[in-house]
Amino acid sequence: MELTAKASLQKKILLTSVYSIVVLFLLLAPTFLSDFRLSLLAKFLAFAIVAIGLDLIWGYSGILSLGHGVFFGLGAYCMGMFLKLEATGGKLPDFMSWSGLSEIPWFWKPFAHAWFALPAGILIPAALAFILGFFTFRNRIRGVYFTILTQALVIIVTTLFIGQQQYTGGTNGITGYQTIFGFSLSNQSTKTVLYLVTVVLLVAVFILCQRLVRSRSGRVLRAVRDAENRARFIGYNPSSYQLFVFCVSAGIAGLAGMLFVLHVGIISPTTMGIVPSIEIVLWVALGGRGTLIGAVIGAVLVNAAKSGLSETYPDSWLFFLGALFVIVVVFMPRGLVGLFNDIVGKLKPRMQTIMQAKGSKMKKAGSNG
Amino acid sequence: MKKNVWSSVVMVVLVFSLILAGCGGNSANNGNTGNTTPTPDATNEGTGAEGSTDDGDTIKVGILHSLSGTMAISEVSVKDAELMAINEINAAGGVLGKQIEVVIEDGASDWPTFAEKARKLLQQDQVATVFGGWTSASRKAMLPVFEELNGLLWYPVQYEGLESSPNIFYTGATTNQQIVPAVEWLLENRGKKFFLLGSDYVFPRTANKIIKAQLEASGGETVAEEYTPLGHTDYSTVISKIKEAKPDVVFNTLNGDSNVAFFKQLKDAGISADDLTTLSVSVAEEEIRGIGTDVLEGHLAAWNYYQTTDTPENEKFVAAYKAAYGEDRVTADPIEAGYIAVYLWAAAVEKAGTTDVDKVREAADGIEFNAPEGKVTIDGETQHIYKKVLIGEVQADGMFKTLHSTEEPVKPDPYLKGYEWASGLAEQ
Repeated sequence: MELTAKASLQKKILLTSVYSIVVLFLLLAPTFLSDFRLSLLAKFLAFAIVAIGLDLIWGYSGILSLGHGVFFGLGAYCMGMFLKLEATGGKLPDFMSWSGLSEIPWFWKPFAHAWFALPAGILIPAALAFILGFFTFRNRIRGVYFTILTQALVIIVTTLFIGQQQYTGGTNGITGYQTIFGFSLSNQSTKTVLYLVTVVLLVAVFILCQRLVRSRSGRVLRAVRDAENRARFIGYNPSSYQLFVFCVSAGIAGLAGMLFVLHVGIISPTTMGIVPSIEIVLWVALGGRGTLIGAVIGAVLVNAAKSGLSETYPDSWLFFLGALFVIVVVFMPRGLVGLFNDIVGKLKPRMQTIMQAKGSKMKKAGSNG
Repeated sequence: MKKNVWSSVVMVVLVFSLILAGCGGNSANNGNTGNTTPTPDATNEGTGAEGSTDDGDTIKVGILHSLSGTMAISEVSVKDAELMAINEINAAGGVLGKQIEVVIEDGASDWPTFAEKARKLLQQDQVATVFGGWTSASRKAMLPVFEELNGLLWYPVQYEGLESSPNIFYTGATTNQQIVPAVEWLLENRGKKFFLLGSDYVFPRTANKIIKAQLEASGGETVAEEYTPLGHTDYSTVISKIKEAKPDVVFNTLNGDSNVAFFKQLKDAGISADDLTTLSVSVAEEEIRGIGTDVLEGHLAAWNYYQTTDTPENEKFVAAYKAAYGEDRVTADPIEAGYIAVYLWAAAVEKAGTTDVDKVREAADGIEFNAPEGKVTIDGETQHIYKKVLIGEVQADGMFKTLHSTEEPVKPDPYLKGYEWASGLAEQ
């Protein structure tokens, strides 16, 4: 007993130090990455945040949402509206005058204020998730049916955004931002600050979600995932737990969307469409579902591969990317993190036997493996 | 046991390829020219990326079109034409005595990707200029990047006007070089009742806003205005509305696949070009190949260039394009506009004596070029080009017969300042 406690403590220390090194690396990235690579990394980290949000609901409560692009997009549009109004100085945005509006519509007006727009970017997606979740979870709609509903949500929202060109910028989306809080968005120091904000928020979201899944609610969630009826009979109400985590997940996606707009400078309906919604699921699957850190790894690696491959092979990069996905799904159903755990699990006993043979000198190093 | 060994191998390969890919932009150059020099991964402090490194033996330019996704079918041909122009210029000695080196990027029919790749070309590759874009959405996405980094974009497609960025040169038509004269011609020759049909995005919406104002001012009538989502393929409702409204003209601003569906269903409904005039502004030779000539024969389109345009330059251009990419390929307006963009940029660089963006912009004013479509001239004020306007009718062989052509190239007027009825449209 004492031995396992010691091992788990060692594991904890090891993990904490690995995480600290990664965070330190991310925080120092502005000093050694070129401006362009830094802006790419910032975007990847924004994607990592939405991936954590999806992993929270898919990995820990077993609900597959193919609609997270919408929550991501709604957050992004909130930020986009805020930045656009700051760019025009409260005057009519350019696309509205093309589409025949002569006055800023009433629901745009509050977005001129940061105290409204920034919380709205999290709360509006969460509220939409609440409405959808309230009617589905309570009526015990789940599994494939819930997934189909989230897809329908994507279609509805993107069609709405494309159709309401005078309010949303249509297919073009909203772009042409200048400043945030008076700081020029094209200024490199502003970008570095925004990058660091993204890193901090990513760490914060990660810790928050880790706390959540390790808490009592997290355990109930997993119980619901694995045996919903049993959890119900014990006396828990699965739908309220599911609803709660779905809203949190959507709010996180909205936060990621807001950061995305800051780094990329445009939001359009394609970014919240069906394909991006599925891509988010792919990142989580590739990294390792139900591990949180897997979602981060998956989001960063897949997007780095996407950018890198398309730069190197502009004509054929999609084939490579497709092949990667197939390989991962076929050979690593539990993702990179799952595979890593397998390998560690395989090596550990072997290392330990070697260690025992070699005597006490190497003992410490052995338990680290 | 065995399975696990396998998956470890796969993972190692996977991780390696991901790492390689991630570093790809740093270590590998993606030009299609073999003699690329490694790009120094320069950290540009502030907005130091002027995109004009003309020291060294080559001048780097970027091509940024959708090579994948829904727009690839149209944009790949433009990329081909731009590459052809660059190869021709290189064969003739290059620009400023230097060879042009190309960096190709894929915009993937996704607007944020266009913004990302534009930034990559300007900051990472430090290209002197970029040729690219097709949809207005992709241009609007790239515009802030080019303005921020003071880059130079050559945009080759007709568009809705009401824009003039100091960092973009527009080699396709603006509204007064395509839509406005087309409406004038239709009013004179085909009738006054217009049915406006378009895909639901910024170009058709803006175009129809202009057409409505123009019709109102010149005694025409808009009987209906219909929009369908991009990629929509069921036009039975629209066609019955057309039957009901009995317009003289259907002004068609549909884009992409929707045209295939619309024209096929129009024919199936028993309506031919003899019964109803349609004029399209996004259907060129390339699209006719896809839709089928039997369906389109007799219908009209307005452009500034047709493959059949009769100039010695065009004869050479069409022959070279077919020789390079295959006999079955056709040329069309945006393809030609992409081709001339390269030549116009090269001429401006020669005149400026440098690839510095500000100096090239200044030098570009008044540059003339004998293009396949005829003589074109850059208008320095709007950074658009003077172009002739053509109304053409689709023939049985899929080519256009020119029904009407303006005598002289038309001065570009993106904000329609020269038209009294348009005074309310362009207010910013």
